[in-house]
Amino acid sequence: MTTPKRTLKATHITMAHGAGGKAMRDLIEDVFVGSFDNSHLNALEDQARIDLAELQRDGNRIAFTTDGYVVDPIEFLGGNIGALAVNGTVNDLAVSGAIPKYLSCSMILEEGLEVAQLRRIVDSMRAAADAAGVAIVTGDTKVVPKGKGDKIFISTTGIGVIPEGIEISASRVKPGDKVIVNGWVGDHGAAILNARGDLALDVELHTDCQPLHELMQVMLKACPDLHAVRDASRGGVATVVNEFAETSGVAIRLYENAVPVRTEVRGVCEILGLDALYFANEGKLVAVVPAADADAVLAAMQAHPAGKEAAIIGEAYEGVAGRVVVQTGFGGERILDMLVGEQLPRIC
Amino acid sequence: MKFVDEFRDPEMAKNALDRIHALVKEIPKAQQQPLQIMEVCGGHTHSIFRYGLEELLPKEIELVHGPGCPVCVLPMGRVDDCVAIAEQPDVIFTTFGDAMRVPGSKKSLQDAKAAGCDVRMVYSPMDALNIARQHPDKRVVFFGLGFETTMPSTALTIKQAEKEGIENFYLFCNHVTIIPTIKAILDSPDMYIDGFLGPGHVSMVIGEAPYRFIAASYQRPLIIAGFEPLDVLQSLVMLLEQLRDGKAEIENQYKRIVPDGGNHAALKAVGEIFELREFFEWRGLGSIDHSGVQIKAAYARFDAEREFALPNVNIADPKSCQCGEVLKGVIKPWQCKVFGKQCTPETPLGALMVSTEGACSAYYSYGKINHQQLDR
Repeated sequence: MTTPKRTLKATHITMAHGAGGKAMRDLIEDVFVGSFDNSHLNALEDQARIDLAELQRDGNRIAFTTDGYVVDPIEFLGGNIGALAVNGTVNDLAVSGAIPKYLSCSMILEEGLEVAQLRRIVDSMRAAADAAGVAIVTGDTKVVPKGKGDKIFISTTGIGVIPEGIEISASRVKPGDKVIVNGWVGDHGAAILNARGDLALDVELHTDCQPLHELMQVMLKACPDLHAVRDASRGGVATVVNEFAETSGVAIRLYENAVPVRTEVRGVCEILGLDALYFANEGKLVAVVPAADADAVLAAMQAHPAGKEAAIIGEAYEGVAGRVVVQTGFGGERILDMLVGEQLPRIC
Repeated sequence: MKFVDEFRDPEMAKNALDRIHALVKEIPKAQQQPLQIMEVCGGHTHSIFRYGLEELLPKEIELVHGPGCPVCVLPMGRVDDCVAIAEQPDVIFTTFGDAMRVPGSKKSLQDAKAAGCDVRMVYSPMDALNIARQHPDKRVVFFGLGFETTMPSTALTIKQAEKEGIENFYLFCNHVTIIPTIKAILDSPDMYIDGFLGPGHVSMVIGEAPYRFIAASYQRPLIIAGFEPLDVLQSLVMLLEQLRDGKAEIENQYKRIVPDGGNHAALKAVGEIFELREFFEWRGLGSIDHSGVQIKAAYARFDAEREFALPNVNIADPKSCQCGEVLKGVIKPWQCKVFGKQCTPETPLGALMVSTEGACSAYYSYGKINHQQLDR
């Protein structure tokens, strides 16, 4: 490019940064293009142009997904809304078996947002994109008046390529299949609750935000016929397992003692009367695997950093279709249903 | 986890369960009809379902899930009052989380929040007082709810507000007291309860003396019980031993938390701020004399009932609801006409479907509702 690089000097976002003029160009070129920095984006066209032949080398289907991110607070221990926005969409692609390729990024900024904070978030997005092997190739920015948003909302859309022969689906769970999770359950939900500061707990809780694309490929290598995989984000492990049971028309039993939950997270749950199985995760998947392959998949997962604490937590069986039960430490059972609304702390 | 896992030890649970199975065989009455044991407190109900204890008990024991869930027994009219307060333009209405979803006759606090009211979830009344400090231009109302367990912290918050001269803090007092309610259940003509698991955390405040009339006048045993699964099982063992020996005594299983005399400092604070109401309306049970408390005249300026004009209308539960009969153990939740049909956790008609501590909600979400039971 012949024109000199534009720089954003403002310390806070104003309505001008969404007005389409020079201030907006400063924001886009300095903050977004400066950080995301790739040939598609740097061209500054209205759309990214992606080579079909290049995509076809990796598989025969495109995986295509979108997600919105509105977390409060926007920065917390172990991550921020930017890292979530990249990893969340990468993981939605990855759990289909796809190799994630490209992301779009649409941001709604609230007037008054600190530019330094925005830069931190955007830099986290770049770092997360690098770690996941994707490029953020197109985007959009809007600014809304103070009070009409909550600092920053991010939407990301992603495409990936699914290699031939992989058929992962929530409808393929069979009686006898094993249910595996790739590590500590509920870290992100507990970290966000704690980061809001209302609990005043003296404990360090980090989000588990991480990409799962590599782990998925490791699992597929151990067992190309993975039956079902979903990432256990909002609604947690309980919701994913319910979706599996309902879609496949089977019953699923989880073993409470086998579910890995950190002591700190259990503590938060005990105090508030909540259940970690419903807590959001940002780097956890639930996989349903043919029983014969379960041990091999588990071993492969445990050998990867994103699956070190992986565990078999349950199995599918022929029972009431859509029913999920948890076997407690005493051998008693309870139903694990979908949440009705949000989990609310109990009085006493 | 320390102080938790010890009380969830599967091996010890198995021993306790074996003991329970053996004990019921030694109780002649249990051979004719199941023993009806009421756990008074919603915390016990939650624990029983959470750990699947009920299905591990012998068929000679039927647990009756009592009235000790403050959210469940809150009448719809009181929720309407909350919403009326929250709808005032200069009000921040603060509440414990699980009261957010309780339906009023038209809307819940969650609905009021969605409609633009400033309704905030707090973890303690002190959080509400803090909001009052931060917003001197607003009237900040705390929705005081619960039995003697939560009463002392509300009382101390009022004392703190008085000490600091905070003028924009109000309490909408819906605190209730458990003893008159147990008495009302004992006096009910269709009552079949053989013994009680007493509320552990209420007892931590009031001690064991207030329960003595249950043994003395009604010849029913009561065990003050903790909330971990082993607490519940051990309490059942103690209760069954009394029933086997023909005894009716008040015993304390939860000694690590409950001192015999209760907590004097807490009782003193409660006595300073609150006095008994003549009567209070309970959802599912009706009006019970002296079962609620109100703010004493000396602290009247903190009383939301005096500050705000409240609709204060009695709203009856739908006729089809049989919450009262479930609460007294006359029928089981799934025997109610509307259970699982019109009345579900998503669309609760009756009180007991509202909170996860409510017997019906617990049965619905955790329980043994296999299809045969629902079809009956």
